Amino acid sequence: MTSVREVDIAVVGAGPAGLCAALAAADLGAGVTVLDREPRPGGQLIKQTHMFFGSQEQYAAVRGIDIAELLAGRSAAHPHIELLAGTTVLGIYPDGVLLAESGDRLLKLRPQRLIVATGASEKFLAFPNNDLPGIYGAGAVQTLMNVHGVVPGKRVLMVGAGNIGLIVSYQLLQAGVEVAAVVEGAPTIGGYWVHASKIRRAGVPILTSHTIKLAYGQEVLQGVVVQQVDAAWRPLSGTEKDFEVDVMCLAVGLSPLTELLFQTGCRLRYVAELGGHVPERDEFLRTSLPWIYVAGDAAGVEEASSAMVEGSLAGTAAASSLGHGGKRVGESVAACRRQLDDLRRGPAGEKIRAGLAKL
Amino acid sequence: MIPQPQRLAACGVAAAADIDPVSPPAERLARGRVVILECFQEIPCDPCTKTCPFGAILPMADINERPRIDYERCVGCAVCIAGCPGLAIFVVEEDFSQEESLVVIPYEFLPVPGFGDTVEGLDRAGNAVCPARVVAVQNAAFQDRTHLIWLAVPKGLAMTVRHLRMPDTGTAADPAAEVPAESVPAGAAAAARCEGNDGR
Repeated sequence: MTSVREVDIAVVGAGPAGLCAALAAADLGAGVTVLDREPRPGGQLIKQTHMFFGSQEQYAAVRGIDIAELLAGRSAAHPHIELLAGTTVLGIYPDGVLLAESGDRLLKLRPQRLIVATGASEKFLAFPNNDLPGIYGAGAVQTLMNVHGVVPGKRVLMVGAGNIGLIVSYQLLQAGVEVAAVVEGAPTIGGYWVHASKIRRAGVPILTSHTIKLAYGQEVLQGVVVQQVDAAWRPLSGTEKDFEVDVMCLAVGLSPLTELLFQTGCRLRYVAELGGHVPERDEFLRTSLPWIYVAGDAAGVEEASSAMVEGSLAGTAAASSLGHGGKRVGESVAACRRQLDDLRRGPAGEKIRAGLAKL
Repeated sequence: MIPQPQRLAACGVAAAADIDPVSPPAERLARGRVVILECFQEIPCDPCTKTCPFGAILPMADINERPRIDYERCVGCAVCIAGCPGLAIFVVEEDFSQEESLVVIPYEFLPVPGFGDTVEGLDRAGNAVCPARVVAVQNAAFQDRTHLIWLAVPKGLAMTVRHLRMPDTGTAADPAAEVPAESVPAGAAAAARCEGNDGR
């Protein structure tokens, strides 16, 4: 029988939010154990080959893959951080015990504070034949290409002109894969226009106000029929276009991964602007259960730059609540808040602001 | 009735109405090489304000502002181009030679064209508009794997050409094999480096 290990702080998820939370808490002197189910820490950063936006404080103009190395390297070298990769958290029990699986071992931790930075998962779309092999989430295709070095196919139809759809389209082009078009249901491009311009000048059309009518193929995907929609998103017959493609990527949004938070019994609320159910939290990112904090996409789907700052804020607050940090805490918290305000202040932050106002 | 969205927001291609306000003044263009920042949207991003060695890209009071340029300070050095996460910065020169204008573009694809190559110049919508002659290729460490390709284009097309396509050689063989690893753009490198990770 494995014994229960007592730790100061456990962080679930070693993505941008989790690693920044761990570093912030450990820098103040708290002992931190980070658990991540993937073999390589960094979360989605390990496949983000593009340069990040934001400001210097959030590593702007540095590529995500290099931010991953930087944060994971600093965490691995930190005397107060224990980084457990390839370790899946299975559940959180009423007595505050975290059960995790690592290879053939079961691990039991009882942290004084828990920071949930589990990220988000890709949404799917309903249309005829959406189960044909060759239909992927855009994030999955990005993993195939940029982590495993496998191209997904020859010709791709991308669904969704948010930042993920636009960026993955660009990376497909970089890998030598043809992108037939980007299809977007909304009348305007949801992602940054600079990302759209990058693929447009490489010859990829973006079809706004278009949706998927159906996919077809014998055993594998052979093509997709798209169709224009009117202002009320009603399909317009006679506008069908047929794309012969062997891959379709769905980049139609993300949902916060909140299963662990549901298990703990903390209060969650459905906020469409934040991607789904998210925990209620205070200004320190503490949930309705005072020992549990949240950061990053699990708190509401947003950019990686804000995820990093939220991680720092949650890590600082959690360490401070255990008596670490002293006078440095106020300054760190204020810096995080200022950065989050900056990142969310403009028109690009409108949706996030609307979502956060509902909490 | 929904108002017709502006062209850029609906399809990603900037129109004259977008470009004119961010273009250097005609008088400055006439004086030689100068930068153009095709950043049309208020997004939280400010690295450009820190990359210009001459302070020509002005500091922002709010990170969501669009960049503002002091064209009198810009010398057209092109140092800022690879530091823009949106790859939205270009350098143009109307009178590069008797018959040619110059445009400097960021490039993150394989294969990387070489000095002296003739490539296809593409406009903002990806249409081939002219042949373009590669007059320089830069890949300094500070560019972080974003190459700068200096293209001589037919006179008057410096504000039109924004991308390039390699001439079709008929061989679609693994382009990564022909390029030394240190000069491979990051995205392509990640997709091509299957031997470089741990295999799990």
